[in-house]
Amino acid sequence: MGSRALHPGAWWAWALALAVAASRTTNPLLLGLIIAVAGVVVANRRSDAPWALAFRLYVYVGALIVASRVLFRILIGGEDGGHVLFTLPRIPLPAFAAGVSLLGPTSAEELLGGFYDGLRLATMVICVGAANALANPKRLLKAVPGALYEVGTAVTVALTVAPQLVESVQRVRRARRLRAGRTRGLRAVKGIVVPVLEDAMDRSLRLAAAMDSRGYGRRAYLSSALRALIAGCVLAGLAGVCVGVYGVLDGTSSWLGVPMLAAGLGVAVVGFVLGGRRVRRTAYRPDPWRWPETLVVVAGVGACALLFVSARVDPANLYPSLSPLRWPSLSPMPALSLLIGAVPAFVAPRPPSAEVVR
Amino acid sequence: MIEFSHVTVTYPDAVRPALSDVSLVVEEGELCLVAGPTGAGKSTFLGAINGLVPHFTGGRLAGRVLVDGVDTASNPPRELASVVGVVGQDPLAGFVTDTVEEELAYAMEQLAVPPDVMRKRVEETLDLLGIADLRHRPLRTLSGGQQQRVAIGSVLTAHPRVLVLDEPTSALDPTAAEDVLAVITRLVHDLGTTVVVAEHRMERVAQYADRLLYLPGDGSVRSGPPAEVLATAEIAPPIVELGRLAGWSPLPLSVRDARRVAGPLRSRLQKLSVVGSTLSVTGQALDVREVVVRYGDVLAVRGVDLRVGPGEIVALMGRNGSGKSSLLWAVQGSGPRSAGKVDVGGVDPASLKPRVARQRVGLVPQTPADLLYLDSVDAECAQADVESEVPAGTARALLDRLAPGIAGEAHPGDLSEGQRLALVLAVQLAAAPPVVLLDEPTRGLDYHAKRRFAAILRELASQGRAVVLATHDVEFVATVAHRVVVMAEGEIVADGPTKEVIVASPAFAPQVAKILAPQPWLTVDEVAEALT
Repeated sequence: MGSRALHPGAWWAWALALAVAASRTTNPLLLGLIIAVAGVVVANRRSDAPWALAFRLYVYVGALIVASRVLFRILIGGEDGGHVLFTLPRIPLPAFAAGVSLLGPTSAEELLGGFYDGLRLATMVICVGAANALANPKRLLKAVPGALYEVGTAVTVALTVAPQLVESVQRVRRARRLRAGRTRGLRAVKGIVVPVLEDAMDRSLRLAAAMDSRGYGRRAYLSSALRALIAGCVLAGLAGVCVGVYGVLDGTSSWLGVPMLAAGLGVAVVGFVLGGRRVRRTAYRPDPWRWPETLVVVAGVGACALLFVSARVDPANLYPSLSPLRWPSLSPMPALSLLIGAVPAFVAPRPPSAEVVR
Repeated sequence: MIEFSHVTVTYPDAVRPALSDVSLVVEEGELCLVAGPTGAGKSTFLGAINGLVPHFTGGRLAGRVLVDGVDTASNPPRELASVVGVVGQDPLAGFVTDTVEEELAYAMEQLAVPPDVMRKRVEETLDLLGIADLRHRPLRTLSGGQQQRVAIGSVLTAHPRVLVLDEPTSALDPTAAEDVLAVITRLVHDLGTTVVVAEHRMERVAQYADRLLYLPGDGSVRSGPPAEVLATAEIAPPIVELGRLAGWSPLPLSVRDARRVAGPLRSRLQKLSVVGSTLSVTGQALDVREVVVRYGDVLAVRGVDLRVGPGEIVALMGRNGSGKSSLLWAVQGSGPRSAGKVDVGGVDPASLKPRVARQRVGLVPQTPADLLYLDSVDAECAQADVESEVPAGTARALLDRLAPGIAGEAHPGDLSEGQRLALVLAVQLAAAPPVVLLDEPTRGLDYHAKRRFAAILRELASQGRAVVLATHDVEFVATVAHRVVVMAEGEIVADGPTKEVIVASPAFAPQVAKILAPQPWLTVDEVAEALT
């Protein structure tokens, strides 16, 4: 198996499937398993490109989410009749905020509830981080439908200028020392921000001029009625998708879920196809979709689907009980189904090493 | 191929039009050099060829520009992409993708070229430019010359009939510049591409040019064969000035042609000797010992020893990435230094606070604008006085000596390259450092500005300061430096008086030296002085 970059769409499908799976459970053991699965795959299959190093950042964000959730539960606590672990002095609030109290007794149930909740969100964030670390954002933009071309461009310019921005911050900070200016603190901000922003503006303009003179943004003529129809389709479709996703994740209402999602997707696709006709362009060596791509998607979606099935069999396993307090348990069925998600760590092709040494 | 008829370009708030009533024709297959002092409208002229002026830059264009029969007024740059290819000054700023191969394909993707044709053209272009071995390399890891060639390739794949290049060699060392020029001449001769090049360093391109468009700075354009236009042009490369001095006609533009007619001049000069005084250095202003700079696994500077005396001007030369900048920053003390000692008047500047260090060593970085952050020249000068703990007005007085006539309320961003350099130099010199370091100061300066700048450096030296400048500009080094230090791979490979080091070097010898070899003349001024 030669080394090549996997289609970025495959990584995103896999990661989003894991995120959906994470949304359906608060069992910390299962969530930990999902994080472990994502971590294993990232560690095994990320390239040495700059964006691949972002994974750590997402893990930090995840930790922050968990910590803040727990802290908020302590801050806005209340007596819920659980096992009180410790009691902080209560801060009285004025009458209009009746029912809300700051600090006070904190129960184990509350802390655990916050922890479970935070961990679920953190896991979803880490899944998205995994996709970001594995898929080349610029290659993904190439696969974006023609109708979203403008959005794609804005992202491309941002992606190109952002790393240069970091560079110019370092350069200017170094240069500040030459004038004996401060390099830290609020008073240094002007001396650093002004040259950096001027530089960034300049670079973005030059990049835009270069893109323009290389034929970027050529388009076929479309009537205004058709353009309005396209915009309507895309907006209505995306709104439908949003509602549908909410319905699916909520899992309680019947018609808001899958049917709405499907209808929204359908309308949006029509809009995209129509809009795509506006942009005439071709793709140079587009990322192929071969069996490893399919396998990666099947692994992600499969893990998610099996978890859903196991939820029907034994829902208690996915949502560990808080009252009465009970240790979360790990039964083999959901655990095994999640482990399928780790398959890409072994079946996906290795990424090509980005830096060929000079 | 390119036809301007009565073109006038006016920017809003401008005192006078950038181009006024320009009419000219560039024929197919010509290599056309655009020259003139800074601010004469070269960029405007180049932008007008592919419609960036006025579609992208704003301003008003009267008259008509036809490129390959297409009117730029009704066609924005993107529609002209298949006719005109444009390569900007800084290739890195124009790159959209990450790797060489993707960058070459980008323009074709936008033009909806079928995939199989794209594949073929990318391979052809890789071979044409000799960059096939770089195809998978990330663009950021390429050297300056390689980046410039990729940038040229990235517009060539669209098969344009006209190629427009803005200062393609100004940031490059002499050898990399030769590579890029070789590519350009090959395009003209083998493919019949019409090429329009703007270049401050005319000595590099003039000999290959079929036509010279000279912009004297009043909005007009003089067009004609290079030798004719240069005979009267205000700014000219050294070879032309030597030709004027010797009264050669027609003016030779290449070293070969000049050598063939220079016989009589050489025999006249045989009997004369170079005037000019030899510098006797006493004492040491700067003592650098065994300095090492390491970035991760990369050794940028490997144990460099350098001593500079007061009143001495030392030029630091060498390829891009040979460690020149790293050395300067390490010496100033603001950049990293892994090992070694620096001694300026008995102290190591790195051990001092920035405020004190800049009173010992002043450094003007490669992008001088990094140092400027206030909204007027006066504010910058006042701030510099505060930073340097000197009486108010010191920096402004310095600036007026370096570059007279800069309005105090002007925004630093609106100054020309030369004026901005002077401002930063004034800011740094306000602290009166005995050692002045300059990183690539002549980038973007025209011949006049360079001459003024050379005079400034000589004045600094005559005040007893030690000056070290890193540069690729051999002609500038020939006029100003007492000593040349050549670096390669982070080590010093040559260190000696300017004459000894650069006369014999094929890459670093200035034009006058090449023409008059084996006699050791470096500049037209030397020759002129000896002849009178």
